[in-house]
Amino acid sequence: MTVAVETRSVGRPRPALRSKRRRQRLTVLAFLTPWLLGVAIFFVYPLIDTIYLSFTRYDLLSAPKWIGLTNYQFMLTKDPQVVQAAYNTLWLVVILVPARMLFGLAVATLVTRLKSGLGVFRTVFYLPALVPPVAGVLAFVFLFNPATGPVNQILGALGLPEPLWFNDPSWSKPSLVLLGLWGIGDLMIIFLASLLDVPKEQYEAAALDGVNPWQRFRFVTLPNISPVLMFAAITGVIAALQYFTEAVVAASVASGQATTGGGNSALLGYPEGSTLTYAQWLYVMGFKNYYLGYASALAVVMFVVSLGVTLILLRRARSLVYGAEGTR
Amino acid sequence: MSATVAPVRTGAVPRGIDTRGNRRAKRRRRLGFVADHAVGIAVAIVFLAPFVFIVLQSFMTSQQALTSELWPQTWHPENYLEVFTKAPMWLYLRNTLFYATLATAFMLLSSVPAAYALSRLQWKGRNVAFVVVLMMMMLPPQVTQVPIYVMWTKLHLTGTLWPMILPNLLGDAFSIFLLRQFFLTIPQEYADAARVDGCSEWRVMTRVILPMAKPGIAATAMFMFFYCWNDFYGPILYTSENPDSWTISLGLASFRNLYQVQWNLTMAATILAMAPVLIVFFLAQKVFVEGITLTGVKG
Repeated sequence: MTVAVETRSVGRPRPALRSKRRRQRLTVLAFLTPWLLGVAIFFVYPLIDTIYLSFTRYDLLSAPKWIGLTNYQFMLTKDPQVVQAAYNTLWLVVILVPARMLFGLAVATLVTRLKSGLGVFRTVFYLPALVPPVAGVLAFVFLFNPATGPVNQILGALGLPEPLWFNDPSWSKPSLVLLGLWGIGDLMIIFLASLLDVPKEQYEAAALDGVNPWQRFRFVTLPNISPVLMFAAITGVIAALQYFTEAVVAASVASGQATTGGGNSALLGYPEGSTLTYAQWLYVMGFKNYYLGYASALAVVMFVVSLGVTLILLRRARSLVYGAEGTR
Repeated sequence: MSATVAPVRTGAVPRGIDTRGNRRAKRRRRLGFVADHAVGIAVAIVFLAPFVFIVLQSFMTSQQALTSELWPQTWHPENYLEVFTKAPMWLYLRNTLFYATLATAFMLLSSVPAAYALSRLQWKGRNVAFVVVLMMMMLPPQVTQVPIYVMWTKLHLTGTLWPMILPNLLGDAFSIFLLRQFFLTIPQEYADAARVDGCSEWRVMTRVILPMAKPGIAATAMFMFFYCWNDFYGPILYTSENPDSWTISLGLASFRNLYQVQWNLTMAATILAMAPVLIVFFLAQKVFVEGITLTGVKG
């Protein structure tokens, strides 16, 4: 085969080369055509159209009517529920994302220290991440149901306080965090892979320098895993900004009312709006009440926030990585 | 680690240097081993407990399910059959399989060539295209939802599963990203050799790269299938008004409210919804874990 390489690559005539280039360009285009259409139809066009629709009143029945900044004005001054929804979502970004990352890192670190049965432990810790979200929520609402749930049985037996969990506005979001911690399996796997990739020599060098465990983590482990941590932070924040399924299903099941995600507005974000998220409010306003112009304005704000968060974290990431390299 | 411990255990202390220090190090190591595994087992129990409690609940009688008892007095596997009479589970299952199978097949048709072009072909603008893939992958679906929803309404496809299936014919960003990561791990030399032998690029992909990327393609297909199986946002958005198109997720979410208040049957339905995913995972664990690891490779 190598012989063939030499004989054919030597003395290739120029026009053939040019036509080969053109053929290759056509090949690339052929491979990419479906995806390019997808970019146009499901990304570029709807992004631009969303921005346009956000300045209109639109209900699907009649054509969009230009109303300028009215939607944004309404959002900022006349919609108390969007404030609550944004607050709840922000709460999840600030609490749920770091909690999941810290716990995921802790479990991954634990797995690296388990000398025997690593595979079994890894499987057990990963398993809950596979559970379909709706099934996971149902399981947790059952486990944490105040009257007969196993969790409060155990807490009661230990003489600890028994919260109302998904039925108490101040406990509903922490309950969702517990559900999120149960499902850290995917984070654990990528953290584990990254931890196992840290060069052994660096730990040996650190041991010779006589560093304590914190210094070893700060100056050896952290610089090596920071790109993966940053990736997890960005994807985690973006997932939290669109938090929907768990909140909707938890509210519906805990309240004991059938829902299609916002049919009954009295129960929206049960209990007392404490689980109403921004993505759910967008869904309700846009696709239950058909205020599509207003939903577009909500979408534009969501776009700006997720883009901003990504850029800030990426800039942070660069300084973090370089800073760590500087101290090494 | 065990190699350094072994000589101490047999009593062959090297040249009698500081036996006590050696013994202490050994004891500390053994204590560390026990402590780590004790914590590991404790955490594992906490992770597994929810599964145990819901399985126990699913076998109880309806009367016992109203109590706070945790262990079934008598075991009732027929609860799992009763679930099918209380809710149209076969319909949900059929819809979910329809959605997941077609979406996965379409995704492979469109995303494999795109990922191939993004990883194995040289062309101007490749990096820009990859950034676009990342942006589409990161973009919350809600951001572009209104125009896309309007589009499907005009095509009279809301109320069906097609709005979730058809877009996969035009590529799925996450799958393209994942497939690209897999393709990049295959040495370029194989493809080069085939090219020099005069293979067209399509043949290079289908005959050389794809056979070598089988585990990666399997993992990507599985992720897509599971995504569809688990999807709640898509089905509630497009089919909530039409129960004939409901999937497992949607049916399960309304199971307790519409048909039951009994936890035993609800938990049986919950287990039925998670069982296929867990079974497939156990059958294809290695492929799966490799796939997840690759999602985090990018910095």
